[in-house]
Amino acid sequence: MSDDRHIISILLENEAGALSRVAGLFSARGYNIQSLTVAPTEDETLSRMTIVTSGSERVIEQITKQLNKLVDVVRLVDLTEGPHIEREMMLIKVRAEGSLRDEVKRLVDIFRGRVIDVTDAFYTIEVTGTGSKLDAYLETLPTGSIMETVRSGVSGIARGERGLQV
Amino acid sequence: MELTGADIFVRCLADEGVEHLFGYPGGAALHLYDALYTQDKVQHILVRHEQGATHAADGYARSTGKPGVVLVTSGPGATNTVTGIATAYMDSIPLVVFTAQVASALIGDDAFQEVDSVGITRPCVKHNFLVRDVRDLAVTIKKAFYIATSGRPGPVVVDVPKDITANKTEYAYPETAFIRSYSPVKEGDPAQIKKGVELLLAAKRPMIYTGGGIVLGEASASLTAFVRELGYPITNTLMGLGSYPATDSLFLGMLGMHGTYEANMAMHECDVLLAVGARFDDRITGELAKFCPHARIVHVDVDPSSIGKTVPVEVSIVGDADTVLQDMMKRVKASDIKPDSQALKSWWQQIEEWRGLKCLTYQKSDELIKPQYVLEQLYELTGGDAYVTSDVGQHQMWTAQFYKFDQPRRWINSGGLGTMGFGLPAAMGVQFAHPEATVACVTGEASIQMCIQELSTCKQYALPIKVINLNNRYMGMVRQWQEFFYERRYSHSYMEALPDFTKLAESYGHVGFQITKPSDVEGVLKEALGMKDRLVFMDFITDQKENVFPMVAAGKGHHEMHLAPCNAVVPTDRELA
Ligand SMILES: Cc1ncc(C[n+]2csc(CCOP(=O)(O)OP(=O)(O)O)c2C)c(N)n1
Ligand SMILES: [Mg+2]
Repeated sequence: MSDDRHIISILLENEAGALSRVAGLFSARGYNIQSLTVAPTEDETLSRMTIVTSGSERVIEQITKQLNKLVDVVRLVDLTEGPHIEREMMLIKVRAEGSLRDEVKRLVDIFRGRVIDVTDAFYTIEVTGTGSKLDAYLETLPTGSIMETVRSGVSGIARGERGLQV
Repeated sequence: MELTGADIFVRCLADEGVEHLFGYPGGAALHLYDALYTQDKVQHILVRHEQGATHAADGYARSTGKPGVVLVTSGPGATNTVTGIATAYMDSIPLVVFTAQVASALIGDDAFQEVDSVGITRPCVKHNFLVRDVRDLAVTIKKAFYIATSGRPGPVVVDVPKDITANKTEYAYPETAFIRSYSPVKEGDPAQIKKGVELLLAAKRPMIYTGGGIVLGEASASLTAFVRELGYPITNTLMGLGSYPATDSLFLGMLGMHGTYEANMAMHECDVLLAVGARFDDRITGELAKFCPHARIVHVDVDPSSIGKTVPVEVSIVGDADTVLQDMMKRVKASDIKPDSQALKSWWQQIEEWRGLKCLTYQKSDELIKPQYVLEQLYELTGGDAYVTSDVGQHQMWTAQFYKFDQPRRWINSGGLGTMGFGLPAAMGVQFAHPEATVACVTGEASIQMCIQELSTCKQYALPIKVINLNNRYMGMVRQWQEFFYERRYSHSYMEALPDFTKLAESYGHVGFQITKPSDVEGVLKEALGMKDRLVFMDFITDQKENVFPMVAAGKGHHEMHLAPCNAVVPTDRELA
């Protein structure tokens, strides 16, 4: 059985402790979390959480069932079961001096990123895309040039008219 | 009129129909205790340790189907309940546990007796709440009872800061609780039920395996009718005992690690398995790779996450056990296809052959008291009609094997967590719920010492429990594993110093007997059972070397059971690992 990557999107009661119920479930049952994001939604009683995880079909089925069992979980969808869009934002501080300066700028353009802060020696860059695009971007940077990276974790949404609603 | 949070708490319990509240006071709970003092609707039972309160509430719940209710103070009061909460969680027992908390303004300051009760209990509750406003108190309590008792039941903790119990608001107890994210299923999917019934009717070697879900779902009557209609063999898990009459000929006894030869062999050989309200726990399945190798499996459970968790199934039916069994019954009756009587006949012939082995036979003795003999006598003398609680160890397994439960909610034990110390406080809860009934607590000399302080509670409330201490001077179950799997290195499974249990019982104000001769067993049990208004502690000095058989060792399949040395015909590999 292959361990496929899944993006699970959850509408969660916006209650204190709801986040730790989800996080606690993953650690208690030994499920893997690659990334987890959570933020309020337009409905102030709800938060939207996106979890990237991986596991065999059996494990993913258990994960969704166990999540559904949590009283604070209102709705849940495994986005990877259908067409969907995923995005992740990365902020990255890169050494950009001398000849490197142009090279770094050129790569930013290729990956449709933006330079959002500049000093004599560094660029701070914003890049958005799928997780693998961000990985690819990091690969291209000259070794030793990265000072710091901050990734938001994956957000996802279904394509078309399907939506996760109460 | 506005009431304080403490008065609201008491009113809520009364309106919820709570009659017994098991608890222990302390600083953060003082307003609540003050409110209890001035009312007479809810009886508070003062235990001697908060663990005892949770087990007592648990025993109450298991023997009645109603939720058990607990009240403790913050900090150590709350942490002392954790074992009891986890015990209830593992066996899906409805409890509502109120933990007092330091005042809201102090939370997070490491205040005196502050502990993050919601955080500590989170992994072992069905849900928990921290009450932040007195106006939320009644609604939260309503939700707590609703969650604890509906769907797959379980413990719910409500953490109540001290200031909330002093603040005032108008009181109204909600009629119902609505939680948008929580709606347990009742009806099973008709298409799945149809598939399940078809599979079941096509079976040549059918087997039915049911668990605690039948007890929790009040589905015994439906199950019994269904099994009898089909004439199929049935086995129960440790948690399911009593949900199908043990004296019925279709019943093959308990299955699993210490299950009967016939039950385990039938599991191994069956071609269709119907599982209801059971969760394919490792003590049931043995080695998963060898589990039910020929069976197509139909699984009914109210909790979708129980289905397909450890064992893949062909037909999954999510629904309430009682409702689904009744629907299945209707379909069976309406079906043109009938069970294959020819195939069933030869299947039963095979089963009778296995049963003929009499796997529970033990070596009788005139010198040493055999624990199995005590339990046989207990069964005979109580007419099989007692409530029996147990602790954890060999004595628990022997009770499960030798006391034939014909009714649900009579057998009260910690199956999932295996909590030593459970038996005596659980018996208290049972006795409160059934004041006139015979309540026996079968225990071991190690287990009983884990909550022995509750003998004092028993005295205060005059609970006439019959304690049956099967005293083998060993942590017998540990010793058995060490004998089989650790070349008899009995590491720390023997206690050098045991109390004189007779004197101990007497010092608590009870009657104590020590029994050393097999010939005295029946007489003492009779005498004790006759003492309707006294707790009697019977210290049976039993054969130290006795082991529990049959046994499916870890890593083995059901067909690889070890049988008792005295079993004459032994077709499985007898050598222990
Ligand atoms: C709280 C707790 N601690 C440890 C264990 C592990 N354990 C299981 S059975 C057992 C021995 C029980 O001894 P006793 O109560 O004398 O019963 P016996 O097996 O001798 O009948 C132990 C230590 C447990 N189940 N629960
Ligand atoms: Mg013992």
